[in-house]
Amino acid sequence: MLGSTLRRTLIAGFVAASLAASAAPAGSAAENLLDKKAPQFTLTGFNGQTLRLSGFRGKVILLNFWATWCAPCQAEMPVFAAWQHQFAPRGFQVIGISMDDDAAPARRLVERLKLNYPSALGDARLAARYGGVLGLPLTFLIDRDGVVRARFQGETDVKKIKSRVNALLTEP
Amino acid sequence: MALFCLAQQRVQAAAQRAVPPPASAFTIPTAQLIQPAELNRLLHTHGVEKPLILQVGSRMMFTQAHIPGAEYVGPASQADGVEQLRARVASLPRTAFIVVYCGCCPWNRCPNVGPAYSLLHDMRFTRVKVLYLAENFGDDWANKGFPVEGGQ
Repeated sequence: MLGSTLRRTLIAGFVAASLAASAAPAGSAAENLLDKKAPQFTLTGFNGQTLRLSGFRGKVILLNFWATWCAPCQAEMPVFAAWQHQFAPRGFQVIGISMDDDAAPARRLVERLKLNYPSALGDARLAARYGGVLGLPLTFLIDRDGVVRARFQGETDVKKIKSRVNALLTEP
Repeated sequence: MALFCLAQQRVQAAAQRAVPPPASAFTIPTAQLIQPAELNRLLHTHGVEKPLILQVGSRMMFTQAHIPGAEYVGPASQADGVEQLRARVASLPRTAFIVVYCGCCPWNRCPNVGPAYSLLHDMRFTRVKVLYLAENFGDDWANKGFPVEGGQ
């Protein structure tokens, strides 16, 4: 069993090492995820259930990093919920990862927005595996084979995201 | 009567500690902004005064990466963050060179830098700069090749 200080140090080292790779002006770690297998994760959702990326294999996944302090994130989330309802029969799944420091406010927002897709609290280690989440909103599209096909950073026209979702849903 | 006065004092004290009204990043005078390249140059120039750098946003982001030497204060859009910022700078001379930054969200959506600047301005600090991160800390600092370190 690792002591908490040692664990924090190791995680910080892991994160720093990942970011060292992303510090290059071009070809950042996040961009390098494109066309690669999406990093797997298992978290406990705000609903208490296990949230495992591999559990959605075969679906087109919209993986959205958000936080309660991120205004543009909160504008997107109801849109993603509508898409979850609209596209679920075609094999579409939204997953939310909160980058809040505490679970309580994030859980409250999920309940207030009545989100119809699973969300969980993320951490720095998961963020590092996705190239570092150093700004929100951040959304990845993952195809039915589990490959990262698109990355949208910052305030993005949701029509652009929807267009990519539609394209991925029509792929065999 | 004594109880009334005590209650009134507590209300006044609470009001003084209250979070400043939400201030947009756009309320920060342009002259008080510092560009990432300029701060980076400052940090690498020998013989010049280095600022106290305070991150006034999310701990999760600070843990992932922050400017080397920066201190985590907390989100200035929240009461705790404001109190921590106030406490951190309270004993400093008002001429201290301070740079605050967040980079959580696009500049016009950042809830933290406006209140942080506002508080320091109200506390009469005269040499405060706010790091201008147009999109976020990743795009405008880390991915530009400027130095970062991880950890608490």
